[in-house]
Amino acid sequence: MSEKRKFRIWRGNAEGGDFQDYDVDVDPGMVVLDVIHRIQARQANDLAVRWNCKAGKCGSCSMEINGRPRLSCMTRMNAFAADETITVQPLKTFPVIKDLVTDVSWNYEQNKRIRPLKPKPRDADGQHRMYQEDVDRVQEFRKCIECYLCQDTCHVIRDRDGKDKFVGPRFMIRAASLEMHPLDTDDRIPEIKKEYGSGMCNITRCCTEVCPEHINITDNGIIPLKERVVDRYFDPIVYLGQKLFGISKRR
Amino acid sequence: MLDVSELRSADYDVVVIGAGGAGLRAAIESSAQGMKTAVLSKSLLGKAHTVMAEGGMAAAMGNVDKRDNWKVHFRDTMRGGKFLNVWRMAELHAKHAPARVRELEEWGAVFDRTKEGLISQRNFGGHRYPRLAHVGDRTGLELIRTLQDHGVHQGIDFHMECTALALLKDGGRIAGVVAYFRETGRFFLLRCKAVILATGGAGKAWRVTSNSWEYTGDGGYLAYEAGAELMDLEFTQFHPTGMVWPLSVRGILVTEGVRGDGGILLNNKNERFMFGYIPEKFAPETADSVEEATRWLDGDKTARRPPELLTRDVVARSIRAEVKAGRGSPHGGAFLDIASRRPPDFIKRRLPGMYHQFKELAEVDITKEPMEVGPTLHYFMGGVRVEADSAMTRVPGLFACGECAAGMHGANRLGGNSLSDLIVFGKLAGTGAADYIRGLTSPIRADDEQIKLAVRSATEILNRQNGENPYLLHEALQDCMEDGVGIVRTEDELKQGISGIEALLERAKNMKAHGTSQYNPGWHEALSMRSLLVVAEAVARSALIRKESRGAHTRIDYEGERDEWLKYNIICRKGSDGHMEVEQLERSAPPKYLSDIANSKIEDLESGKVGGDAPND
Repeated sequence: MSEKRKFRIWRGNAEGGDFQDYDVDVDPGMVVLDVIHRIQARQANDLAVRWNCKAGKCGSCSMEINGRPRLSCMTRMNAFAADETITVQPLKTFPVIKDLVTDVSWNYEQNKRIRPLKPKPRDADGQHRMYQEDVDRVQEFRKCIECYLCQDTCHVIRDRDGKDKFVGPRFMIRAASLEMHPLDTDDRIPEIKKEYGSGMCNITRCCTEVCPEHINITDNGIIPLKERVVDRYFDPIVYLGQKLFGISKRR
Repeated sequence: MLDVSELRSADYDVVVIGAGGAGLRAAIESSAQGMKTAVLSKSLLGKAHTVMAEGGMAAAMGNVDKRDNWKVHFRDTMRGGKFLNVWRMAELHAKHAPARVRELEEWGAVFDRTKEGLISQRNFGGHRYPRLAHVGDRTGLELIRTLQDHGVHQGIDFHMECTALALLKDGGRIAGVVAYFRETGRFFLLRCKAVILATGGAGKAWRVTSNSWEYTGDGGYLAYEAGAELMDLEFTQFHPTGMVWPLSVRGILVTEGVRGDGGILLNNKNERFMFGYIPEKFAPETADSVEEATRWLDGDKTARRPPELLTRDVVARSIRAEVKAGRGSPHGGAFLDIASRRPPDFIKRRLPGMYHQFKELAEVDITKEPMEVGPTLHYFMGGVRVEADSAMTRVPGLFACGECAAGMHGANRLGGNSLSDLIVFGKLAGTGAADYIRGLTSPIRADDEQIKLAVRSATEILNRQNGENPYLLHEALQDCMEDGVGIVRTEDELKQGISGIEALLERAKNMKAHGTSQYNPGWHEALSMRSLLVVAEAVARSALIRKESRGAHTRIDYEGERDEWLKYNIICRKGSDGHMEVEQLERSAPPKYLSDIANSKIEDLESGKVGGDAPND
């Protein structure tokens, strides 16, 4: 039942490296990560690859497969033509540690910059009340598995070396999940503009395209944040209202 | 010769090993108590197996059915655990879970809501009322992300991709941890006063498992080597519904939420076979006809629960029996059908992860076709033996919580009781460690010899010229466990399993990893084999001793629960000769109010005839 397939895998470390070819037996139903594991067990015991859940829920096994940022555990071999060579390389946007493993610590640094939820007080009976229709959008953002494929593909971070100017799509929707949280009382708009760099995104929607959780990052997250920033800083009536009456935030 | 002063080192009050729900909750508490706290995580932060938990976390908040309260939850937990649970742990869990869930909301968790805007709760196997707070079918992700995002602002040091190798002691007390960074292979010495183990189970000893590479029993091994005891290891839960096809995803979990939301199990004759497997004890509370089960699904509160929602051990054995009788699905499982029971929109809204998982991994549209499912090794009820209120082991300064600790779930865990276990006992372990440290009166310092030994035994694997391939040893262990220590067990098979493990323990002394220590999976595999073999041995030896079938432990040579065995827990510890000692330890009797509640008729409990004298704290 198995068939021979050709893999090209980038091997190396921070000092450099190159692609190596592997011929490998592939069984029906296998995903790319299975094949990498088979190569690791039989041909290259020290081939470095991150993975955990193998079901698209943890976001560990991100890599670039035939040039596309993807989760290797969710990329089925039958998505490729039978004679196609599969080329696998580490995420380009982050520094290589070894083989397919990159240093994604920059992302963890960005997360720390986002202040936690500042919830309003509970109701008299000790409950928080929120309605499903009001949390649907926030729940969409909270589906994020932190695979960082959106960060990898974002032009600002990938091509323009904008790590110091923009937190990236993942953390824009994290900020959005707090900004749109029905219980949150914090004012996050100034940071979203000045610290997180909402103006850097030019809405090419590449992040949305690669999101394995199908989160509508750009249209549901980043654009509404940009609108809130515009309302705050560039709408003369709102601006005046703020100055005169201290009206803040939405609602 | 290694110079200890040249190792990278750091000083802490508390080191938490493991960064799943239990570890993070423990670290948050320890830090909140003023303790300088570090977390060691084998993976990146936020990737632990907690993310795989789907259905929800059980807490008797009574948001959906007001009849629910801690006593009913406690009773369900004891019945699910076949009365072998540590009584006090099940009590603490049922009492504390609602407050722990509400606290998550304060930290940013966004649970699904009821029409009134409260945290919604769903039905699950073994729980009498809708009790599981949930977020679609990704509740574990919500839990871990909430704790992670809260934790990073609490001054905790997170050491990612860092594996613990050994615990250090000063006299009898915990004095530190030797670890290594997977990325560089460099060793890391953490001097501390208390260690909290939160490392999960050891599912990787089996071939068909829902667990990822991380679940190699590290906590059990570290505790065992440090002189603590392991308990109840014979109780390994096979979740009834893992994927069975394609082969490469065999074992991956299919949430019990599918059945909670109306999914039914069918054999290849299209029979709803679970009606034929209802245990006597559960018969009064289980529907005995398709008609009644359908009324339950439609919300009729007088109808009893469908048999698909019986406890996991019962459902797993039933599926196995159907397959053995030749009535299985094409790839050796059963059919799980929700397509014919619920409209596509409902399925996609309630079970988006499952829809996605089957669509992408198996090319099955679960809104149109049934899923093929079968048992998969999912969870360890057993683990490190701890004291209920403080989570401390018999080694001063060593604590354990979550899946790697024993006692809370007895012989079988109810779905949904795991996530709540993590946050309840995570917090208690954090408090326990802080209290212990505040009570210390003399300084603690580990000597250099222990540190050198830990480093040397790890580097030997790289330095020897040749030796056993750790990957092949791992495969051999998996064969051994699947054949000898599976879902049903016999004395002969267990004995073969034990001699197989003994042989592997010998071979493991001579493991060899090629390459350097930098991000070297072969070396990582070899190091984790040391843990996995010890825990696997404890499972097999405990299973051989327990001559009855209870909960997740099924002996076909000793069928049924036997009252005399309810008196004992089975304990494993490292003997003075270096070999594993196994002991039958008598359990202590519960307070009367707990035994009254657990053994009550549900009507008597709900009317207040029983349990009125129970303290509520």
